[in-house]
Amino acid sequence: MKVFKEILFKAVTYFAAIFSILALFGIILTLFMEGIPMFQEVSLREFLFSSAWYPTNEHQSFGALALFFGSLAVTIGALVIAVPIGLGTAVYISEIAGSRTKEIIKPMIELLAGIPSVVYGLFGMAFLAPFLIRNIGIDSGLNIFTASIVLGIMIIPIISSMSEDALSTVPRALREASYGLGATRWETITRVVIPSAKTGIIGSFVLGFGRAIGETMVVIMVAGGAAQIPSSVFDPVRPLTTSIAVEMAETVLGSIHFHSLFALAIMLFIITFITNLFTELFLFKKVK
Amino acid sequence: MVKELIKTKNLKLWFTDNYVLHDLDFTVYEKKITALIGPSGCGKSTLLRSFNRMNDLIPECKIEGEILLEGQNIYDSKADVTDVRTKIGMVFQRPNPFPKTIYNNVAYGLQIRGEKRKSVLDDVVEKSLRDAWIWDEVKDRLHTSALSLSGGQQQRMCIARALANQPKVLLLDEPTSALDPKSTAKIEELCIDLKDKVTILIVTHNIAQAGRISDYTTFMYLGDIIEFGETKRVFTVPKDKRTEDYLTGVFG
Ligand SMILES: Nc1ncnc2c1ncn2[C@@H]1O[C@H](COP(=O)(O)OP(=O)(O)OP(=O)(O)O)[C@@H](O)[C@H]1O
Ligand SMILES: [Mg+2]
Repeated sequence: MKVFKEILFKAVTYFAAIFSILALFGIILTLFMEGIPMFQEVSLREFLFSSAWYPTNEHQSFGALALFFGSLAVTIGALVIAVPIGLGTAVYISEIAGSRTKEIIKPMIELLAGIPSVVYGLFGMAFLAPFLIRNIGIDSGLNIFTASIVLGIMIIPIISSMSEDALSTVPRALREASYGLGATRWETITRVVIPSAKTGIIGSFVLGFGRAIGETMVVIMVAGGAAQIPSSVFDPVRPLTTSIAVEMAETVLGSIHFHSLFALAIMLFIITFITNLFTELFLFKKVK
Repeated sequence: MVKELIKTKNLKLWFTDNYVLHDLDFTVYEKKITALIGPSGCGKSTLLRSFNRMNDLIPECKIEGEILLEGQNIYDSKADVTDVRTKIGMVFQRPNPFPKTIYNNVAYGLQIRGEKRKSVLDDVVEKSLRDAWIWDEVKDRLHTSALSLSGGQQQRMCIARALANQPKVLLLDEPTSALDPKSTAKIEELCIDLKDKVTILIVTHNIAQAGRISDYTTFMYLGDIIEFGETKRVFTVPKDKRTEDYLTGVFG
């Protein structure tokens, strides 16, 4: 009986694992099967290096560069906001706050993580965009700047909670070693605690990056939607995800446009894949 | 002629309601090794950690009384904690190297005080590692991770790291309890060698170790100092029955 249970347990977990892997390969396969046919009509060069994305014009063109830049711009913007605030929050919670304060702040940040992205989008449209128009004097509040702020706020909880986990696993012995050598709290945090938690902290940035670059609803709502290479942070952009989600509803099944949206998805997939790969290599190689 | 370096006056310490150190008056003599022995939980580590204000990091801890280092109360409101910890260095039970290179571990104390000149850092790192008897083992790998050292080497590197601050006092809390006999012997000899440069206060559960290396021995029991004196005397003719029982292994 005991042996049977053991076998059953093993089988169940085994199939669960297999299922996840199958799902992954299923998704990748779909992307490539539907995406690659586009390249019969559109050259790889045009796709990667042209910024003319006119999928519905009479003279169609499928240059994804502007979309790529759109994604990159809002994601980097989001990181610029979320990295210092998220890491700062994590340091505060893990190193500075008393246990009482901690008990109040932590669930509040978890709450922030639980807000649906469409609500973030509404916040951006209804509050932030008009606020910017009034205060900065721009014509439209839907642009890189707004999208970065909204996405940034959205990924703060990801960065802060994962960084905080990493910080709080730094052994007390290391902090004591540092204090024992006459270091202040600030020196201990910046020179010992944060470097020791580096792996987890960078991991949190990568996770935040992935979340931001893949976010769809927020950018549809607040990034402005114009497929152009931006020249200022107050320009509207059209990230990859926006094109995929919005245009999929309007296109004909099996058309080049249809396939091109899968090609955009491949691009998105490759970006996140490379990012993950780099961090794995970088994090697990260098111990200093 | 021995000189008094540290004196505690009416030192009392609580962890919340737990009265841990009971009104202790205690003297540490300069350039001697003083051993702190006693059964588990009697407050040895707590007393040791009071000398470099490590207990400040524990919110539940409350301290009364004075600890005078060369006549200056280190608990004075004007005293600078980082300065106290620079003058009174500490080595812990488990080696705790930073996940940095050997060089950066040893240079840490100077670097946080803003020393940037490479020649100064190089000199101090070398001297400290030599003083801690580990230079020859690491001189070709100063820029590799300290985590790649063996436990005994790590502990000697931690001693070097503390010595780099040129402390007056070195506090050692069971520095060999996590080490093999060979590494232990090496650290014991090292302590005796260091005695010319620095005053050593060592907590140990190993009675034989206290007998081998210390000049003075303090026996603590349940938060009180029961007996203090020259090690030879304490070990041969203890005044208190409890000291004798502890030394002969009746309890411990
Ligand atoms: N951080 C702390 N918070 C609360 N109580 C503590 C703390 N550290 C120590 N104590 C209490 O103080 C008393 C003395 O502890 P201490 O660690 O000084 O004993 P010790 O003599 O070093 O014991 P051992 O030989 O086991 O290391 C014990 O009752 C212990 O429970
Ligand atoms: Mg102890």
